[in-house]
Amino acid sequence: MTTTTQSRKKSSKSTFSKETYLHWYELMLRIRRFEERALMMYGQEKIRGFCHVYIGQEAVAAGIESAIRREDAIVTAYRQHGIALGRGCTADECMAELFGKATGVVKGKGGSMHFFSAQHRYFGGNGIVGAQIPIGTGIAFAEKYKGTDNLCVTMFGDGAARQGALYESFNMAMAWKLPVLYIVENNGYAMGTSVQRTSNVTELYTLGESFDMPSEPVDGMNPESVHEAVSRAAEHIRAGKGPYFLEVRTYRYKGHSVSDPAKYRTKEEVESYKERDPIKITENNILQNKIATEEELKAIQVKIKKEIDDSVKFAENSPYPDPSELWTDNYTQEDYPFILD
Amino acid sequence: MSNRVLPLRDALREAIQEEMQRDETVFLMGEEVAEYDGAYKVSKGLLQEFGPKRVIDTPIAELGFAGIGVGAAMNGLRPIVEFMTWNFAVLAFDQIVNNAAKTLSQSAGQFRCPIVFRGPSGSAGQLAQQHSQMFESWMSNVPGLKVISCIDPADAKGLLKSAIRDNDPICFMESELMYAHTGEVPEGEYLVPIGKAVVRRAGSDVTLVTFNKMILPTLEAADLLAQEGISAEVIDLRTIRPLDHQTIVESVKKTNRIIVVDESWPFASVASEIAYEVQKYAFDYLDAPVTRVNSADTSLPYAPTLVEAYLPNAGKIVKAVKSVLYAKA
Repeated sequence: MTTTTQSRKKSSKSTFSKETYLHWYELMLRIRRFEERALMMYGQEKIRGFCHVYIGQEAVAAGIESAIRREDAIVTAYRQHGIALGRGCTADECMAELFGKATGVVKGKGGSMHFFSAQHRYFGGNGIVGAQIPIGTGIAFAEKYKGTDNLCVTMFGDGAARQGALYESFNMAMAWKLPVLYIVENNGYAMGTSVQRTSNVTELYTLGESFDMPSEPVDGMNPESVHEAVSRAAEHIRAGKGPYFLEVRTYRYKGHSVSDPAKYRTKEEVESYKERDPIKITENNILQNKIATEEELKAIQVKIKKEIDDSVKFAENSPYPDPSELWTDNYTQEDYPFILD
Repeated sequence: MSNRVLPLRDALREAIQEEMQRDETVFLMGEEVAEYDGAYKVSKGLLQEFGPKRVIDTPIAELGFAGIGVGAAMNGLRPIVEFMTWNFAVLAFDQIVNNAAKTLSQSAGQFRCPIVFRGPSGSAGQLAQQHSQMFESWMSNVPGLKVISCIDPADAKGLLKSAIRDNDPICFMESELMYAHTGEVPEGEYLVPIGKAVVRRAGSDVTLVTFNKMILPTLEAADLLAQEGISAEVIDLRTIRPLDHQTIVESVKKTNRIIVVDESWPFASVASEIAYEVQKYAFDYLDAPVTRVNSADTSLPYAPTLVEAYLPNAGKIVKAVKSVLYAKA
């Protein structure tokens, strides 16, 4: 498998610890195997509704998590299984959520698009394109208000970059110097519409420049480059200098959702990205630079396979929510008088 | 605790001021709320007292600052987001309807969204089509939201304080024309419960249910009816969602007739919902059809004759009452 010259150069042992490489490898593999299994389960109609997978984009989740703190917040869009797993949500609770079970990360109420975890400072998968951009800005606003040095990673896709919410948020975040790291995951397509067809401006990072926001493009197929850029941005933000914008260039191997055959792009294009697969790149780096042995990687593969197998069993064996759960979590008010007829 | 006569705008300001003194996490944001003292002077002096960290002028970006409010509320603060009018809040409906209202449900109770969206709703003179709309029935359609609409200064103070302390997202509707409307307002701590209507005037022949500034022509109509020996009971809803249907149904059981005076457009209005409740729970007590006096089923144009033709008024209410009493107009 080929790795790019650039990524080989960057993969010197001195840059990142063995622990970090293995952490990336394990997380990316967990996300990949989780979603491959989720697609199988979708095929068996165990999972219903919309289901957007992250396969191909795993390096983004991995590189972000290793570069920020657990107390930092993340909010993203609906292609979000990988981000939730990166935050520390378990495969069990995520798979159970996809199955719509009461043991799911949001008790079977959110499904594929809406995982949340207060414990892991994960503010959710948002199903309205771009809606999480002002929300992430507000999460960051609250951190500044409370006087912490936490930041909020606010993620969105290239489609959302064309929403007005982005411009309003960028403007206020810069005016108020909010601790927010905006990351656009540019996977080339807003559903079936390529970036080139949605605007005259196709270098997405330049959108930040019109607000004088520090902005840069990043190779999103390698956790090393994502980590380095996020670290740089986080340092800037924690120094009180305000927001930062990264355009992470990545690729989704699958369609927009399970119902999308992705006829708007060529097989050759998909294959060219698969040659830059983030998991394979990381694996090669680890082996070529003797960061860890094949046996160590094999042990991780076995562990992840069992974890995912177990998550499916866990989801299968979990109960659906009781119908009475319909009436919970609509209001915090315990005795809210719902209209019942 | 003594009462003073205050205009609505001062009563609202007192509620915000007291809650900001009480709770550091409460802050106010919106267009012109700080240095300009608010487009309608509701927030006058708050910038001086609380500083720019907690009284924040925003750019004209309703979607953006409403969303910043939602994110801040999810992350432990209690934002008060002022819209210069609810007509402009339409730009922010994604954040109110798709996000604030659904945060608790989507996160299965892990994230709350204690936020107050407030501003004037309804017509305000000759402001024409885009600045004259009533949004109570729109927002009340959405589970997850609570909707308050009132112009009585004491109610406004007590309900706004309750709203700011509430852990659910709230749409709080005021009225441009009523900011100078005065009433006795209790000094200091004063809370009005959300979801409770009040009987403004007791009566026995017909029930008139209304809210927001329509309370004024409704009370005027009740006076006119009294001169003709017709005793009208007037209910001010104050909260639209949850609706205090019990107070309405109890009154109808006594009077056997009901008119709903509602500045909303008629289709799927607050009046429509009340009509459903009354036919369901007081069917055997009704001596006439539930009848409504809404704004016209049209956009509101500019000319004064057209405004007059569009809005409910005392004459239209009296006429409706006579129709349910089967009396000569």
